[in-house]
Amino acid sequence: MSATLTSPELKLPRDHYLNATYGIRSWLLTTDHKRIALLYLISVTFFFFIGGIFATLIRIHLLTPSGALVSPETYNKLFTMHGVAMIFFFLIPSIPAILGNFLIPIMIGAKDLAFPKINLLSWYIYVVGGCFVLYSFSTGGLDTGWTFYTPLSSVYSNSAVTPAVIGIFINGFSSILTGLNFIVTVHTMRAPGMTWFRLPLFVWAHYATSLVMILGTPVVAITLLLAGLERMFHLGFFNPAMGGDPILFQHLFWFYSHPAVYIMILPSMGVISEIIPTFARKPIFGYHFIAGSSIAIAVIGFLVWAHHMFVTGESTYAALTFSFLSYLVAIPSAVKVFNWTATLYKGSISWDAPMLYALGFIGLFTIGGLTGLFLACLGLDIHIHDTYFVIAHFHYIMVGGAVMGYVGGIHFWWPKITGKLYPEVLSRVAAVTLFVGFNLTFFPQFILGYLGMPRRYHSYPPEFQVLNVLSTAGASVLALGYLLPMIYLTWSMRYGKVAGPNPWPATGLEWKTDSPPPTENFHVTPQVDWEPYDYNNRPDLGLAAGQPLAPAHGDD
Amino acid sequence: MQSQLPLYPEEASNFAPHVDGLMIYLTSVCVFFAAGITIAIVYFFFKYHRKSANEIGTPIEGDSRLEATWIIIPLILALCTFSWGAVIYVDYRHTPPDTLDIYVIGKQWMWKAQQPNGLKEINELHVPVNRNIRLTLASEDVIHDFYVPAFRVKMDVVPGHYNTMWFRPTKPGRYHFFCSQYCGTNHAIMGGWVIVMEPTDYAAWLSGSAGGEANPVAAGEKLFSERACITCHLANGTGRAPSLNGVYGAQVLLADGTTVTADEAYIRESILQPNAKIVAGYQPLMPTFQGQLTEEQILALTAYIKSLQSQPVPAKGAGIAPPTGKK
Amino acid sequence: MHRTGELFGQFETLEQQKESAQLGMWVFLVTEVLFFGGLFLTYAVNRHLYFAAFGISGNMLDLRYGATNTVVLIASSFTMAMSVWAAQTSRKKLLPICLILTLLLGGVFLGIKYIEYKQKFDHHLIPGHSFDLTYHVNHPQPGDDPKELAAEREEIENAARHEDPFQPENGLIALNAHSQLYFSLYFGMTGLHALHMVVGAGLLIWVIRESLKGRFSAAYNTPIEIVGLYWHFVDVVWIYLFALLYLINRHAV
Repeated sequence: MSATLTSPELKLPRDHYLNATYGIRSWLLTTDHKRIALLYLISVTFFFFIGGIFATLIRIHLLTPSGALVSPETYNKLFTMHGVAMIFFFLIPSIPAILGNFLIPIMIGAKDLAFPKINLLSWYIYVVGGCFVLYSFSTGGLDTGWTFYTPLSSVYSNSAVTPAVIGIFINGFSSILTGLNFIVTVHTMRAPGMTWFRLPLFVWAHYATSLVMILGTPVVAITLLLAGLERMFHLGFFNPAMGGDPILFQHLFWFYSHPAVYIMILPSMGVISEIIPTFARKPIFGYHFIAGSSIAIAVIGFLVWAHHMFVTGESTYAALTFSFLSYLVAIPSAVKVFNWTATLYKGSISWDAPMLYALGFIGLFTIGGLTGLFLACLGLDIHIHDTYFVIAHFHYIMVGGAVMGYVGGIHFWWPKITGKLYPEVLSRVAAVTLFVGFNLTFFPQFILGYLGMPRRYHSYPPEFQVLNVLSTAGASVLALGYLLPMIYLTWSMRYGKVAGPNPWPATGLEWKTDSPPPTENFHVTPQVDWEPYDYNNRPDLGLAAGQPLAPAHGDD
Repeated sequence: MQSQLPLYPEEASNFAPHVDGLMIYLTSVCVFFAAGITIAIVYFFFKYHRKSANEIGTPIEGDSRLEATWIIIPLILALCTFSWGAVIYVDYRHTPPDTLDIYVIGKQWMWKAQQPNGLKEINELHVPVNRNIRLTLASEDVIHDFYVPAFRVKMDVVPGHYNTMWFRPTKPGRYHFFCSQYCGTNHAIMGGWVIVMEPTDYAAWLSGSAGGEANPVAAGEKLFSERACITCHLANGTGRAPSLNGVYGAQVLLADGTTVTADEAYIRESILQPNAKIVAGYQPLMPTFQGQLTEEQILALTAYIKSLQSQPVPAKGAGIAPPTGKK
Repeated sequence: MHRTGELFGQFETLEQQKESAQLGMWVFLVTEVLFFGGLFLTYAVNRHLYFAAFGISGNMLDLRYGATNTVVLIASSFTMAMSVWAAQTSRKKLLPICLILTLLLGGVFLGIKYIEYKQKFDHHLIPGHSFDLTYHVNHPQPGDDPKELAAEREEIENAARHEDPFQPENGLIALNAHSQLYFSLYFGMTGLHALHMVVGAGLLIWVIRESLKGRFSAAYNTPIEIVGLYWHFVDVVWIYLFALLYLINRHAV
């Protein structure tokens, strides 16, 4: 368990970013990166609910072979809108726009991002894009799959494709501006002494993510624009009846959408790289390799897109090349997993909720990543492409990986963001519930996939029912795992114990300022002369033998 | 067959044992690594559990040789896996020269196949066992995919392209095939059966002398379902085509305003030249069955449709002209 | 609006502020390269597939307008570079003159673009229902050279014979479809470029106003520099467009 030493009575700082100014205008016109992060938290959580409701309906519908709940048309809209909402409006922005926005300036010792107004603009662009997509969802829905393959999306679909495509196009610029802001900030705004190799790995992860954001997103923007124009004006880029090529769409689409999955996972890996050293109280094993692997994933990730197209009839040479490169991109991720595990060796491991989320991440991401090797394998992909095996694989990575990292990060930095602590026991229960519920939901789907159940099916042969029922049962546990934190985190904002500047304690710069931080982040610009995660040489943390502990993390 | 909870489909093609073998190999490797990581984490989690409030861990910055080891070994395993998969794939993409060629067309939401002698089938594919079969795939509208889990093969069907795939069935039987690229509303029910037969049975089937049922109405009902008539001619009138309940002998209202009596000749014409007379309020969507049904089969279908006279006629969607007082 | 030259709150020094602005503009331009890149790739793929149709369509663009526009834009890049130099050397009178010249040249470019687009409209070359590659040869205008039109007609008929290998009698329909692809890309690419020029014009108006107030000097000229970067980028994109759309497979009549 954690601390039992007594600690002085803590109070919230008198002035911080939350009470610096009041009124709705002070929030909607803020340029404070911390407030913008909270604006994103609200809108991103909203879309998480939307996507989650669609997921619930999908799993209920799939309880019976002929479909228990909705018509085929509605089912097709459910899985499409689930994908669009979750990928573009939850997973891609979540960690960068919330935790990244909040923490990066503080972690590097700056007062704000390089371009605060552009930061606010990126949130408004997100909201406008979201409005277009919500309009699409509510006026006919969307039934093309989140991948918008042509000519189904540009010619044959009768759903509200055009507003959705416009919404995603607009939302892309939110991503681009966030990435641009992060890159410039990390280059030019580091505090004195904060050299590149003293940066927290969270910052390295976001730097790599930002490279992917700025290089990949413009391509999908123009691709969706072309598909939308094709639909609106009956042009022929991707429609074979007019000389176009549906495979060209797929190449352009996946050129972004594959790197996009690295946008979704790299920030989460950054979170894990912060949590593990903190809750093992030792430096991370292989800092340089973890930093380098983030960049390697970002770069190699741009070279593998056509592994989504092995059975389109693409040339065998292309398939061999992309399969080979896909195996290469797995190696840096493996390096991270090994380094995180090695960090636990001879650590002083606390069992707090963030650590449980981080370890859950490692377990689930490992399974997800390993199953990627099955899909990258040409001989196997012929069988499991476009089956539930793929669905299980990417949910392990995106939910088991990215979302667990996101929730773990929220728990880790919650005291910094709100100044409050959340209930200890309940948070651990939630972490375990999420882990168990997730496995129950998605592991059966690997088997379903290998047995041959294709994806995007509103009904299925009866022999697949048992596994589908198991999966839906697990989903109810998973839902509980999501709901619990929403309840107790909200509760803690009013009733939680005061956290103090550094409850864990952790070594990053963000923990050297108040919780919640003042608007300008630091009262005095920090001068950095220590290495990251250096528990051995940080007497200020109060962990040296005989010294009173830095403020304790207590039970509720 | 397999136990209550099977883990893999039947192995019914030349590719299946190789794919399954590769699967077992890769699963073993992955289980080994996943178990290793899990055991290490669980072990460290308990062994190094924090014992006192201000305890810190032993600082270990890293170890380059360890890093090199766990880069190189996974790389070697990755290359082995890649190579094995590549060998299977190259074989799959390189059709052997001595194939039996069948043309397959996918369209929303059905499959049409044409055998080498021109015999056509809908949502079914009859093939002889132990022959190399090549399918040439074309689409009439959007992207589809022809997937046979028991054979471990699939290939996209892309409009504007011809794709080919090949396999050699190794076990007679009936195997699911599915459409495996999302293609719209009825993507999930756009499947059928691959029927693998002994060569003599296949030859007999090909020349159309498959034994029929003694009862034509029952045979007709079976055909009505197998040939997918039932997907459009819903009995309750809500389908894309009129309900056939009560149609035999009734006056049918056509799109051009005339009416016609639905007798045997009308039914035959509707099956073989569906666009000759379009029922009022419906689109010319029905494909022709010319060349796909024997005379015996048309007679069976007619007998079945006649038997629907006594079924309840839906208020809307039967295409039957309202009574005008004339006969 | 703030007074230019002031240190923004998030920065520690003016040097940091300037560095950030410059790096920010460069990163933004990289995203623009990728943005146009998708269109360029689509164009390259389709030019490879439909060489004949793209050849004929490309020759329907007016080389005089295109070349003039290229010269105009390069000149505007020159005046833009002069503006940056004027700002860096505190030539406060020369600066707005150079900026205004840049803006005027940009205006000339857009004007010529309008004329070109209008011509396409008149010749039924806008993609859509009334697209007709043969409209111009079938409806000659007073100023047209009959020899040129005859050569064009022959070229179209030759290409139409081979355009659809599966159904040769549909050759003209196929040629129209593939040429429509060309013009969709033409309008898409040059239209996107023109949109960027309009944005650039807006930026120029902003810095002209500020420069007329004497805000820029050797001590502070970052906005001029980054507007300059943007403007040069837009110029470079045009040079690629000109080469790819107007010059490839250009032939004398």
